[in-house]
Amino acid sequence: MPSVMRFSRAARFAAIIVAALTIAACANKPNEGLDGMSGAAAVPGSQQDFVVNVGDRVFFESDSTELTPVSRATLDKQAQWLSQYNRYSFTIEGHADERGTREYNIALGARRAQATRDYLAARGINASRMRTISYGKERPVAVCNDISCWSQNRRAVTVLNAGS
Amino acid sequence: MFDNELTRAQKGLTRRGLLAGAAAFGSLAGSFSGIFSGVAPAFAQQRAPLRLDITQGNVQPIPIALPDFSGGSGADAEMARNVTGVVTADLRRSGLFAPIDPAAFIEKNPSFDAPRFPDWRAVNAQGLVTGRIARQGDGRVQAAFRLWDVFGGTALDGKQYVTTPDNWRRISHIIADAIYERLTGEKGYFDTRIVFIDETGAKERRVKRLALMDQDGANVRYLTRGDDLVLTPRFSPSTQEITYMSFGQGDPRVYLLNVETGQREVVGNFPGMTFAPRFSPDGQRVIMSLQQGGNANIFTMDLRSRATTRLTDAAAIDTAPSYSPDGTRICFESDRGGKPQIYVMGAGGGAAQRISFGEGSYSTPVWSPRGDTIAFTKQGGGGFGIGIMKIDGQGERILTEGYHNEGPTFAPNGRVLMFFRDPGGNAGPSLYTIDITGRNEQKVPTPSYASDPAWSPLLS
Repeated sequence: MPSVMRFSRAARFAAIIVAALTIAACANKPNEGLDGMSGAAAVPGSQQDFVVNVGDRVFFESDSTELTPVSRATLDKQAQWLSQYNRYSFTIEGHADERGTREYNIALGARRAQATRDYLAARGINASRMRTISYGKERPVAVCNDISCWSQNRRAVTVLNAGS
Repeated sequence: MFDNELTRAQKGLTRRGLLAGAAAFGSLAGSFSGIFSGVAPAFAQQRAPLRLDITQGNVQPIPIALPDFSGGSGADAEMARNVTGVVTADLRRSGLFAPIDPAAFIEKNPSFDAPRFPDWRAVNAQGLVTGRIARQGDGRVQAAFRLWDVFGGTALDGKQYVTTPDNWRRISHIIADAIYERLTGEKGYFDTRIVFIDETGAKERRVKRLALMDQDGANVRYLTRGDDLVLTPRFSPSTQEITYMSFGQGDPRVYLLNVETGQREVVGNFPGMTFAPRFSPDGQRVIMSLQQGGNANIFTMDLRSRATTRLTDAAAIDTAPSYSPDGTRICFESDRGGKPQIYVMGAGGGAAQRISFGEGSYSTPVWSPRGDTIAFTKQGGGGFGIGIMKIDGQGERILTEGYHNEGPTFAPNGRVLMFFRDPGGNAGPSLYTIDITGRNEQKVPTPSYASDPAWSPLLS
């Protein structure tokens, strides 16, 4: 069951990126350790604040693990925020698009998560706060047969641990 | 001479049948074993005109007649019809046999021992199978068949099996394998199973379950409930165990699952994610990838000693390892040269030889049970194809290509591949088979979307 909850949480964060208005619907599901999600305005230091005002994810080019200038800018903001709110531990989820094979994409997602982790560590985030996991191509956020979806799925998402 | 041979054969069948019956007592108990075959009777070693040469590229299927096995009345008669149906379907799906429409048959209920050959010649049958099902006093079932060369008027093969009634599908597959082997000279692959991933739900939140079925799609059984994401299941050589990757609590790991007992364990105490597992041909080791920072390296674990051995140490993704059938070599996928390509190394690791050099990238290599070829997924030109090449990389052939085809697995005789095809979008993947000649592509029926198939060895 914990894995299912993790997926649902990730999916919900994704929904916020696409349409912030869905937050109200999420708040109708209490007791999932996401109290910071409720309310329309992001409370500074809340998970919602991180997702909406900092940006919880960075994107990659096809079959690449290189952090783009845009990604580095996002991770700089993440590092700043995570330093300020250092009570959070978090998991970096690495993902690949569907245009690769199962095993390779597992490793590719892991490499993306690692690149993200290394960058945050270099910006002073303590390694003990960070965990990485790869979902390969198993958890796309956008579904279609062209680059408009694939480019959203090639990502590393920083997921704050709900209990921290 | 013919009559004498047949008489001797009948005696043989009876004797063997009794022996088989005696041996079968007390050893069934729902296991995969428990089917005992009689030995083929000693027919005359004469010239066998009815023989299919499947070494040629373009094979003309053999017209074969499969009238319903006789089965007395009631449930036995129904079982006899069902057995005939499964044997017929197996042979038809192989693409090497053309079962004749029973409506055309002149002799409606041929004698098990003495069919009227002129009637079968008249419907252009080259092969004919007669069979019968009989219930023993102990409730078990005797199934017997004869394979006839219609033009020569001779019996080519005949076997008898004794088993519990619930094994009727396996008996059917075993009979189909015997016919296939007698007429092609190669082992069949019908008495086998497929382990695969059953997929349901929306693509963003797909539920994946470990599932097992017969090679023809029958008898689907789910081995996990779908709580945890599971991927890439593979059979042990004994078919009693499956190794696969599962996302549970903590890091995703390679697991072992005993199919009979349901007992599950993590493979090895590795400090990180393990994935892409397969058994060694002797079943004593599991080979897999271990994620170490940004790199994936190949390790083995000895299942008895629990000792782990590192086989690769490149600053790269090394994954999807597969042993040669003699266990001396390993093919795997690595992006050490930039893009994923196929490499071959010794079973102890060390220097690896790149064998794939075509346009695009190559993934998921799997060694043929015959030892002479490697099948793979090839990505290029915006699509994904399934192909094979010799183990030195020569003679590459793409068997099928399209938007997304992935993950080939060989039938135990090395003549057929199964893989999955995903049309993309919100739809999901299905399983297909294709001959290594590139012909006879067939969809495999599954209850819902299905991916990551792995073919078992022959069960008997």
